[in-house]
Amino acid sequence: MKASIIVFPASNCDRDVAVALKQISGKAPHMVWHGDAELPASDLIVLPGGFSYGDYLRSGALAARSPIMNAVVEQAKAGVPVLGICNGFQVLTESGLLPGVLLRNAGLKFICKDVHLTIERNDTLYTSDYKDHKTIKVPVAHHDGNYFANEETINQLEGENRVAFRYCDEQGTPSEQANINGSRNNIAGIYDEKTRILGMMPHPERMIADELGGVEGLPLFRSILDTLH
Amino acid sequence: MKARIHVTLKQGVLDPQGKAISHTLEALGFEGVEKVRQGKFIEIELSETDEKRAGEQVEQMCQKLLANMVIENYDYKLVS
Repeated sequence: MKASIIVFPASNCDRDVAVALKQISGKAPHMVWHGDAELPASDLIVLPGGFSYGDYLRSGALAARSPIMNAVVEQAKAGVPVLGICNGFQVLTESGLLPGVLLRNAGLKFICKDVHLTIERNDTLYTSDYKDHKTIKVPVAHHDGNYFANEETINQLEGENRVAFRYCDEQGTPSEQANINGSRNNIAGIYDEKTRILGMMPHPERMIADELGGVEGLPLFRSILDTLH
Repeated sequence: MKARIHVTLKQGVLDPQGKAISHTLEALGFEGVEKVRQGKFIEIELSETDEKRAGEQVEQMCQKLLANMVIENYDYKLVS
């Protein structure tokens, strides 16, 4: 698997994703600096978590307009899968590759804890290895994770089965109480029309070893590898 | 020429920060605060001296970067 991870100034989960991908595929991904204009031919692009450009203006707004993003959008439109985690999800919405926007958390607090997520479907590039899971537990660490889109967009996402994950309780119910940040319909992650692009606030790359608290993030990366090979 | 730009949240978009400000104003004893909406003010100094061209430039800046049209509106004034 030839994966590329885009590194922005103040990305801070780029190496975590690199470790996860290397662990799964045995191959170290390319680390591509945001100022580069060229992106090596990749079969997966990852926009990692962090606080690119200090979250100035809006989270992800400046990163979405950095030179490398032209190449990312081009490859994404040509069908190359793009995974955006946390800040990467914000960059995906800001660049228009995914609809909606991530607002400040409804409770205004930075939230850093493990959360439960429903796996809404396990037939995608990113979730095919979650056959035995209805829910997973992975960490979140964000201030702007409150997914918002207008009614029409939400209906479209729901109608087209494009919600990837929802915040839920331990039993798997996406209750209001489990909705940590006020997201519409408890949405924690969404796909594009072809389910090739996934944006998600939680961090599967931080749940890939028992020492980190569990391995429930691993199947996501394994799914990608299995599907691409 | 200077552009003074206001970026504000569209109606219907929740503004938890505005709400928190409203609560604090109340706690400080200000009465009659019915609603607070928080936005951004951006000032840009432009080398362009023609008002029409400057306006077009600022319009593009707002749409391409300064405002997220999914949730925000913008408006601006040019001052020389």
